[in-house]
Amino acid sequence: MTTATAPASRSRDDVSPPRPALRRRMKSSYPTWFFIPAGVFYVVLFLVPTIASFYFSLTRWTLFEVDFIGFDNFVRFFQEPQLVQGFLNTFIYAFVTSASKVVLGLLLGVFLSSQIIARGFLRATIFFPVLVSTIGVGILFKVLMDPFGGPINEILGAVGIQGPAWLTDPSIALLSVALVDIWKGVGLAALIYIAGMVAIPQEYFEAAKVDGAGAWHNFRHITLPLLRPATVTVVLLSLIGGLRSFDLIWAMTKGGPGFTSDVLASVIFKQYQAGFFGLSTAGNVVLFVVVAAIIFPLSWWLNRKGDEQ
Amino acid sequence: MVSRTSRRSVVAIGAGGLALSLALVGCSAGGSDSDSESGSATLSYLVDNQESTVKTAEALAKAFTEKNPDITVDVETRPQGADGDNVIKTRLATGEMSDVFAYNSGSLLEALTPQSTLVDLSGEAWADKLDKNFINSVGGDDGLYGVPMGQAMAGAVLYNKAIYEELGLEIPTTWEEFLSNSEAIKASGKAAPIVQTYGDTWTSQLFVLGDFNNVLAEDPDWAEKYTNNKAKYVDQPATAGFEHLQEAFEDQLFNEDFASATYADGVTMVATGAGAQYPMLTFAASQLMTTNPEAKDAVGAFPLPGPDADTNGLTVWMPGAVYIPKSTEGAKLEAAKKFVEWLVTPESCDIQSETTSPQGPFVVEGCDLPDDVPAIVSDLQPYFDDEKTNLALEFLSPIKGPALEQITVAVGSGITSAAEGAAQYDEDVKKQAQQLGIEGW
Repeated sequence: MTTATAPASRSRDDVSPPRPALRRRMKSSYPTWFFIPAGVFYVVLFLVPTIASFYFSLTRWTLFEVDFIGFDNFVRFFQEPQLVQGFLNTFIYAFVTSASKVVLGLLLGVFLSSQIIARGFLRATIFFPVLVSTIGVGILFKVLMDPFGGPINEILGAVGIQGPAWLTDPSIALLSVALVDIWKGVGLAALIYIAGMVAIPQEYFEAAKVDGAGAWHNFRHITLPLLRPATVTVVLLSLIGGLRSFDLIWAMTKGGPGFTSDVLASVIFKQYQAGFFGLSTAGNVVLFVVVAAIIFPLSWWLNRKGDEQ
Repeated sequence: MVSRTSRRSVVAIGAGGLALSLALVGCSAGGSDSDSESGSATLSYLVDNQESTVKTAEALAKAFTEKNPDITVDVETRPQGADGDNVIKTRLATGEMSDVFAYNSGSLLEALTPQSTLVDLSGEAWADKLDKNFINSVGGDDGLYGVPMGQAMAGAVLYNKAIYEELGLEIPTTWEEFLSNSEAIKASGKAAPIVQTYGDTWTSQLFVLGDFNNVLAEDPDWAEKYTNNKAKYVDQPATAGFEHLQEAFEDQLFNEDFASATYADGVTMVATGAGAQYPMLTFAASQLMTTNPEAKDAVGAFPLPGPDADTNGLTVWMPGAVYIPKSTEGAKLEAAKKFVEWLVTPESCDIQSETTSPQGPFVVEGCDLPDDVPAIVSDLQPYFDDEKTNLALEFLSPIKGPALEQITVAVGSGITSAAEGAAQYDEDVKKQAQQLGIEGW
């Protein structure tokens, strides 16, 4: 594919008239044709489908027919109780996982950058879940969290605690999945915090020591403010991850029991499965808009605050 | 660049399509070369490529040729599922269909417009040997377009016969009796009265789908009204299925682990007596014979009861059928008619039940199941003999909402009420009808 594309593009570039104005403005050290392969992939695989999806979200379509129906899909999407529930769940899930990862990641980061025994080993252990396949983690925890004979409840039972029906109790199913997500993702947050921690110059701490500051003051007035860039990264990454999260939820509950742990992405997936292509395309457009509407302002606000300091 | 790429791929797809259609033409041209002059004929018989289907088809072809040495039957295969649907539709539309072919009955057959593509067999002498429900699912008033292949199955309650005997319970014919039986089992503490297995969500639909006999008993035109957007699940009689599910949950009649148990768990529970009653399709007989063959005669089946003992009967899923397309003519048509006539003989039925394990009774008069079938299957026969059966909704209407299983899990787990669940399902049905482009939605 690549070998076929490159010579063809070059020969075309040779015969076409040179465009010096464009070249000069871009001031690139590479010739223009160098960008064409990547550009073609970007346009064909990302730009065209994105724009096409905006159109198809306004239709009721199958592989053979397209029926333009205006905004009916969006109206329907917001009318249905399970879709609204999925929408709410998405925010709950994203907020809970994101907040927990910030707090736990920060605490673990501080702990793992202090002088403790077996620091390297502990850092590695915390990070391991990040490397494991999400589907694998989901299936594993589905077994672990089984209310009848699952190891977690067996252990709780051994110390006299009646464990909850983690994944089958409608009131906590979503939170159980979020818990696993936090377990799996907190390693990455901790890693980012450790990197941020290492980057803080030791002079600040020495100066603070001269002024008679204790551990708490060091943390509150030096570590925390200087970790702002790390916090911004963790919040953004985990919030985006939480909003579009699908694989873990699908592996563990498939949105069940009933619709109680459905999130936006799993609702969209089910609509596709059922053959409601237009409706699910509309769902994807909604997801796109929601993620963009949250992440862009948040990113701008968080980064601006950082620059001011 | 972009336009060139896409143009090239369009050409490629076009060329591929051309090659495929040429292959199909070549295939059927080769088939029609048989020497019909000399009185012998070769029939091509198209079936899906599932292993057990092919095995049965080949056994039938062989036995038929032994009886009729001048007719040879060649089994051809096609893909299963949506790909297979497309093969069938394309070949029918272009007049290139095999001489006889097997396909689903009910709403999928309707999509083939049988009136214009298939040979009407309603004038044949053997036509009155077929079950009336089966006739309804392969044409009904418009004609008779196919003969059955395989057996019918039912949405029924599987029950543990030993528990019923021990507690002196009768087979319930009304919902009230079913509840009081369940309460008696609960009071005895021997077993979970009703087994539910929401670890496999599809199993939750039986209270609604299996109740359809009772819906039709109240309103024989319900399916037609439903297709025309006139009858809804929020109204009686159809809402009863959802209400029963809610009632059974509220009375705490389910097994303790209903939320996480699986289909296989459920069948085993009824087989071992850990559970007493399990609403399920009777194809569970094959699961039972795989995991608990010793319980072959210990698990029986009865219809999901409704409000009225007089109309108590089974909700039935029909077998697929074998059809003759209009493109089959002359001597081949005569041979094809001979073949389908032979398919509804007891000899053919015996071969079918030997090569694939039965899931319910045959829908052909004179065809009996072997003596050693599981009790789940043999218990259904009296209802068929007395014509106390009605077709499942999917044979009477093309619309089935895809979210039913999640909705029934929610109702059966006490998350939503029956009324809410029924309303949600009506919305789901509406979406499906709109997607299918059905008039009046």
